Amino acid sequence: MAEQKTVAATGNTVVAEAMRQCKPDVVAAYPITPQTTIVEEYAGFVAKGRVHTEYVTVESEHSAMSACIGASAAGARVMTATASQGLALMWEELHIASGMRLPIVMANANRALSAPINIHCDHGDAMGARDAGWIMYFAESAQEAYDNTIMALKVAEDPSVLLPAMSCLDGFITTHSIDRVDVLDDESVAGFVGEYEPANALLDTDDPVSHGAFAGLGGPFFEFKRAQREAMEAARPVITSVGEAYSQLSGRPFDVIETFGMEDAEVAAVVIGSASGNARHIARQLRAQGVKAGVVKVRVFRPFPYAELAEALRGVKAVAVLDRAESFGAEGGPLFLEVRSALYDASDRIPVVSYIYGLGGSDVRLELMERMFADLSDIAAGSAQPGKLVYLGAR
Amino acid sequence: MQQLTEIRWHARAGQGAVTAAKLVAETALELDQYIQAMPEYGPERMGAPIQAFTRISPQPIEIHCNIENPNVVVVLDESLLATVDVARGVTEDGVVIVNTCKTPGQIRTELGLDSGKVACIDASGIALDTLKRDIPNTPMIGALAKATGLFDLRPVIDHLQKTFGKKFTQDVIDANVACVTRAYEEVAIDG
Repeated sequence: MAEQKTVAATGNTVVAEAMRQCKPDVVAAYPITPQTTIVEEYAGFVAKGRVHTEYVTVESEHSAMSACIGASAAGARVMTATASQGLALMWEELHIASGMRLPIVMANANRALSAPINIHCDHGDAMGARDAGWIMYFAESAQEAYDNTIMALKVAEDPSVLLPAMSCLDGFITTHSIDRVDVLDDESVAGFVGEYEPANALLDTDDPVSHGAFAGLGGPFFEFKRAQREAMEAARPVITSVGEAYSQLSGRPFDVIETFGMEDAEVAAVVIGSASGNARHIARQLRAQGVKAGVVKVRVFRPFPYAELAEALRGVKAVAVLDRAESFGAEGGPLFLEVRSALYDASDRIPVVSYIYGLGGSDVRLELMERMFADLSDIAAGSAQPGKLVYLGAR
Repeated sequence: MQQLTEIRWHARAGQGAVTAAKLVAETALELDQYIQAMPEYGPERMGAPIQAFTRISPQPIEIHCNIENPNVVVVLDESLLATVDVARGVTEDGVVIVNTCKTPGQIRTELGLDSGKVACIDASGIALDTLKRDIPNTPMIGALAKATGLFDLRPVIDHLQKTFGKKFTQDVIDANVACVTRAYEEVAIDG
């Protein structure tokens, strides 16, 4: 195991630290409201000469991602950070980054999209980008945000993957709260991520290549998309092996899903991000009272861990899927749709209920988790039918 | 240290409650505890009522939500007692610490508290004496250390010197150490 230092720091600070330790050649950023202090702290590293990064200040988040794309195509290791409206403004560029197979790593502070105006925690920003072809990690804590950012870079740059990756952390709850975090030493991180060797660098004049060429009717557009799908599938074993190597280095376990009490759970919640601990806390209390409650936390959302989810939920009598994002007009939230799809091939038909919670930073009180598990126990006992979507805690 | 200590801070923006919430968490980390410290973010207006939270535990802390049932309530501005229900949800054996010249008995009556501990300290007076400014956050940390028994005076002062040493002049550091020490000694505790 590597040397580690225990610090009191916010999620933003430790993500900036992870970026510094990964030694990106280029960081491009724009301070849209709401940006994050990640890029602010990174600008501080540049100003103090602690990094040799080319820090490109641009005129919008759209330009920030454009500059990242240009730099990555040129052959640089590129990282950045954004949040909510900033991510939304990057939308078309997100697809270009993945279509050009550029392993850019971007932290995203999960914050609500307007309107009405709100800057607080919400997964609606990232979920809106879920089909953009990016690998997506989600953190429960500042520790996971730090760890995920480092792993994401190693996965993205793997020659069998070459996809951009997003390291998501909950706005305010993780980004701005001070937490206890173990930080690796610089040499260990540098050794772990290694030197970046770009596969198709534009600046490699000995081996000239085209990027982002026209591939219209009769062109290879269709095949390019299949190649992206194959790359996303290829990312699965890489995410696992990188996670194992990182566990060896850090002493912290990693899996694409993390389970609690699922060996014998009869009722279970599936959840992403900082609310996972709230669900686990109540599940632990319920287990002490003899209720077989369990929790599955999804740490990697793209590629989605279908097989792992189906296996974890086998034998469960009722499942709640907690979404901190909407998909208006769908049967439930984005995570719900994935989980129910994962269960389609299961031999038993498990009732699954969609819970929308915590939008716009609405406080995830423990009592809401108690209420959700109580609903599940009624469904599991047959005394209630699984209902339609629930807005958990809305007034 | 007990299992999980939840501290809720009530103040007006500009009084240093967010810094205090952070300093207490950092001091606990130095004692190898797990910690959380977070303000409740809203519009930033000097003088507006704000809340901040600190959690301290010997075990990893897995919950992420506001504190509804605090073991400790710290009120940095006495005028909030008239407009904010500062004692809301405080536990039976909880501690309420107020920046005031009044006695714990008077505050207990004002808040209608018939259990737990009430502690009073003239933190603004101490701050005006030493810092020459009404920034009552560091005296409140001294009062908190004594009233809750969470820390001895020494680790609080050590951490203050370490963290303030990077940002402030020796005069400011000395004044803050004096604030913490005086409040630790002068806090009146009932219950």
